[in-house]
Amino acid sequence: MTSTPAQTAESIVALSPGAMLRRRAFGHYGLLFGLAVLGLVFAAALFAPLLAEHSPYTQNLAARMKPPFWMAGADPSHLLGTDQLGRDYLARLLYGARISLLIGIVTAVISGLIGTTLGVAAGYFGGKVDLAVTFLINVRLAMPVVLVALAIVALFGGSLQIVILVLGFLLWDRFAVVMRSSVMQIRGLEYVNAARAIGCTTPRILLSEIMPNVVNNLIVVMTLEMAHAILLEAALSFLGLGVQPPTPSWGLMISEGKEMMLFQPWLITIPGIALFLLVLAINLLGDGLRDVTAPEAKG
Amino acid sequence: MTDPILNVRNLTVDIPIGAGTLHAVRGIDFELNRGETLCIVGESGSGKSLTSLAIMGLLGKRLQVRADVLEFEGRDLRSMPPREMRALRGDRMAMIFQEPMTSLNPAYTIGDQLCEALRLHRKVSKAEAMTRAADLLGKVGITAAESRLRQFPHQLSGGLRQRVMIAMALMCEPDLIIADEPTTALDVTIQAQILRLLADLKREMNMALILVTHDLGVVARIADKVAVMYAGEIVESGSAKAIFDAPAHPYTRGLLNCIPVPGKTKPGEPLGSIPGIVPSLIGTVSGCAFRSRCELAVEACATTVPERSASGEHMYRCFHEPLKSEVA
Amino acid sequence: MLAFALKRLGLAVLVTITVSVISFSLLHLSGDPATAIAGENATEADIAAINEQYGFDRPLAEQYADWLWNAVQGDFGQSYYFKLPVAQLISDRLSVTMTLGVCAISFALLTAVPLGVLAAIRPNSLIDRVALFISVAGQAMPSFWFGLIMIVVFSIKFRLLPPSGSETWQHFIMPTIVLGYYAMPAIMRLTRAGMLEVLNADYIRTARAKGAGAARVLFKHALRNAIVPVVSLAAVQMGFMLGGSIVVESIFALHGAGYLAWESIGRHDLPTVQALILIFSCFYILFTLLSDLANAWLDPRIRVG
Repeated sequence: MTSTPAQTAESIVALSPGAMLRRRAFGHYGLLFGLAVLGLVFAAALFAPLLAEHSPYTQNLAARMKPPFWMAGADPSHLLGTDQLGRDYLARLLYGARISLLIGIVTAVISGLIGTTLGVAAGYFGGKVDLAVTFLINVRLAMPVVLVALAIVALFGGSLQIVILVLGFLLWDRFAVVMRSSVMQIRGLEYVNAARAIGCTTPRILLSEIMPNVVNNLIVVMTLEMAHAILLEAALSFLGLGVQPPTPSWGLMISEGKEMMLFQPWLITIPGIALFLLVLAINLLGDGLRDVTAPEAKG
Repeated sequence: MTDPILNVRNLTVDIPIGAGTLHAVRGIDFELNRGETLCIVGESGSGKSLTSLAIMGLLGKRLQVRADVLEFEGRDLRSMPPREMRALRGDRMAMIFQEPMTSLNPAYTIGDQLCEALRLHRKVSKAEAMTRAADLLGKVGITAAESRLRQFPHQLSGGLRQRVMIAMALMCEPDLIIADEPTTALDVTIQAQILRLLADLKREMNMALILVTHDLGVVARIADKVAVMYAGEIVESGSAKAIFDAPAHPYTRGLLNCIPVPGKTKPGEPLGSIPGIVPSLIGTVSGCAFRSRCELAVEACATTVPERSASGEHMYRCFHEPLKSEVA
Repeated sequence: MLAFALKRLGLAVLVTITVSVISFSLLHLSGDPATAIAGENATEADIAAINEQYGFDRPLAEQYADWLWNAVQGDFGQSYYFKLPVAQLISDRLSVTMTLGVCAISFALLTAVPLGVLAAIRPNSLIDRVALFISVAGQAMPSFWFGLIMIVVFSIKFRLLPPSGSETWQHFIMPTIVLGYYAMPAIMRLTRAGMLEVLNADYIRTARAKGAGAARVLFKHALRNAIVPVVSLAAVQMGFMLGGSIVVESIFALHGAGYLAWESIGRHDLPTVQALILIFSCFYILFTLLSDLANAWLDPRIRVG
C-alpha cells in the first residue's frame, strides 16, 4: 500500500541523524553487550599485571592441577586454579587476553590495509585494475587458509610475530570484496561526478567523498576479521603450529589441557569460554554497528 | 429482481500503528449485481485498494476488517473459515493486481502458474488444465499460446504479463473479478487494449467487475456504476452517467475539473487542481474529511455529514445542494 | 553460453596454477628440503646426494615446471615420509574427507534452512530470537573446543559415541556436527533474509489470491525463490569445509585428507603438502563452478533469455 500523506508528514518531524544514531545504539542490546564485554577484556589485558598475583610463566610443580575456587580442594592464592606445570591459571587467562587482542587487532590492521587498498583501487579505477584485483581475490579464496597458514608456520617456525604476519597476509579477502563493492556503489553516485566536474583530483575524491561513506562498512568488516583472526590463531596454536609454549595463548592452553580434560575440565573450559565470549562480543559489536549505521540493510 | 452478487454494508478497515489506530476504510456501502461493472475511484491513500483486498480476504491478521454486511453470493464472508475462503478465492472471485512485472512467480512457467489457478479448485489433469490455459491465452489476445505456456514471466512484456494475469483470473470462470488499477503500470496504448479486453470478457462471461482506479478516463470508458472514495469513505456513488453528468459532491467536481477536455479546455488555461492534502486518519475522525480542501466548507461540516440522495440511486455525502452549473 | 563457460574454466585453471605456484615457492623457500628428507644426522655428502637425486639444486622455476608437468598427469611425486606415491596416499584418504564434508553440509542445511524459514514466518518472535542466538553463538565458538567438549560429554561421560577412528557411521556423527555447525549461521541468516524478502513479493499475493494454502505458498512459491542464493552459499561453504576438516579430523582421529595434511606438515613432507594444497583448491574451485551452475539451473532469469 502506498503511504498516506499523513504518514509522510510524520517522517518529516524525525530527529537529526546524530540523535537517531545514538538512540538506536543505546537501544541495541547486542551492541551494548558486545561493547561491555570487549571493554572488560581490554581492561583485563591492560591491567593484567595488577590483577594477577602471579606471573603466567612461573612454574610451581608442588601446586599442580589445583582446581578453581568454586570446586573442592581449591587453593585461595590461585583463584582459577593451576595447570599441569603449576602455573596460575588466572594469570595465564589474563595475559592470554593480551595475546588474543594483540593478534586480533594487528592482524585486522594489516589485512585491512592490504584489502582496503586493493578493494578501493579496484572499485575506483575499474578496468584492468579491477580485473587484476578480482583475480587476486579469487586466487586467495581458492587457497585453503588453514592448510597454507599451518604450512608456513611449520616451515618458518612458530611465534607470535610469524602468526600475525601470516594471518595478516591471508585474511584480506573480505576487506577487498566489501571495499570494492562499496566504492563501486559510491563511485557512480552523483556527488562524486560533481566533485570530478569541479576539478577535484583523484586522491582528494577518494579521501573526502568516498572514504567517509565506506568507513562504516570498513569497521564492520574489521570486527569480523578480528574475530576470525582470533579464532584462527587459537586453532593454529591448538594444533601446535601457532604461538609456542610457554606463551599463554588461549588456544595453546586448551591444547595443553586436553590430555587431562576429563579430570581437570577447567583446563579447557576456562580458556574456551574466554575465547567464546571474546569472539561473541566482537561479532555482536560488528553486527550492532552495522544495524545501527545502516538499519535498512537489516533482514 | 435477482439478489446482488456482492453486498457490502459499513465495511471498515483499521490498522493499529504506533501512534494509534489508522482508520483506513470508514464505513463503505455498496451493492454489485451480476454482470455489472463498478468503478471505485479515488486518489492514493483513499482506501480503495484496501477495500478490494478486504473483500478478497487478503489482508493480514494485523488489519482489522469489520462490516455489518459482507456477503458474496449470499454467503457471509466475515465469519467464513479460512478453508472455505480459500476455496472461493480464485474460483468464484478472482483478483488482478496493479504490477504485472512482479505479480508472477519468476521461477515457474506461465503454463505452470495458469494451471495452478485451475487445479487448485478443480480435479483436472495437467493436460486438461494446459488446454484450458491455451484457450484462455487466446481469448486474452495472446498469439502462439502453446509456446507462451512454456515461457517464463521475465520473457514477456508488461502488457503481455497483464493479459496472462487476466487469463489466470478467468481460469475457473469466476462470478466476480476485482481489478486493482490493472492498467496504471502500463503504456497508454496498452491501457486501452486491456480495458477493452476486460469489458469484452466481462460481457461474454457475464461476470461482475469491480475496477479500482484513480483515472477518470478509465471510468468513463467502462463503468456502469461509480463510487468515489475519499479518505476512507464513499463520498458519492451512482450510475456512471449520473456522476459524469451531474456530479454532486465538491470532491467529484474537483476531480472532473482536473481533466482537460479536447475542445472545451482552452490552451494556456491552467488545469484544475484541488489544493491541500488528505487529512490524517489516525485516531478519531469526525465530520467531513474533505472540508479542509473544500471551497464550500461551513461550520456544520465539522459535525456528522448526512448521506443524501441527489436523484434515485445517486447518493452523496454533503450538506450542500448539488450545483446545477455545467461542469467541463 | 559455451564461450562463457570456457572462459570461466580457463580462469579457474589460471587461478589453480597461481595457487600452486605460490605454495610451491613458499614451501621451497623455507629452509632446506634436503635436510627434511635426510634427517638430523645427515652428513654433507648425504645432503649433496639428495640434492642431486631430487633435483633441489636446480632453479626453482625448473623444479616447478617439472612438478606441474607431472601433476597434470596425476603423478604428485613420492612422499618423503611414507616413501609411497603421494597420489595413492591422498586417494586412500580422500573418501573419508569427502564423506565428512557431504555429511557436514547436509547437517548444516537440514538444520539451518528450516530454522531460517521459521524465523522468517514469525519475525521478532521467540523462535526468531532463538535462531538468531544459535547463529551468533555458533559463529563465536571455536570448532576445536566444541569438538573437545562433545567428546567429553558424549564419549566419556555418557559413552554414547566413539571418540575417534572412522570405522562405523557412528564415528562420523560428532565430526559431522563439529564441522557443519560453523556453516549454519550464514545459511540460516541468508534463508531468513531471503524468505522475508520473498514473502513480501507481489507474486506471493497472487498465489494467495488464487486460493493457494499456506503450505503451498511457503514452499512452492516462497522457498523456491528464496533458496537460490542459499544453494550457492552451501556449495562455497563446502569448499571451505575441506580446509576446516584439518582441525576436525585431527581431533577425532579420522584418517582423511585433512589429517594427512596435518601430519605431513609436521613432517615437512613437502610433496604431500603441495599436492594437498592443489587438491583442496581444485575442489574449492569446482564447488564454486557448481554453485554457479546451480544458480543458473534454479533461476530461470539467468538460464533462459
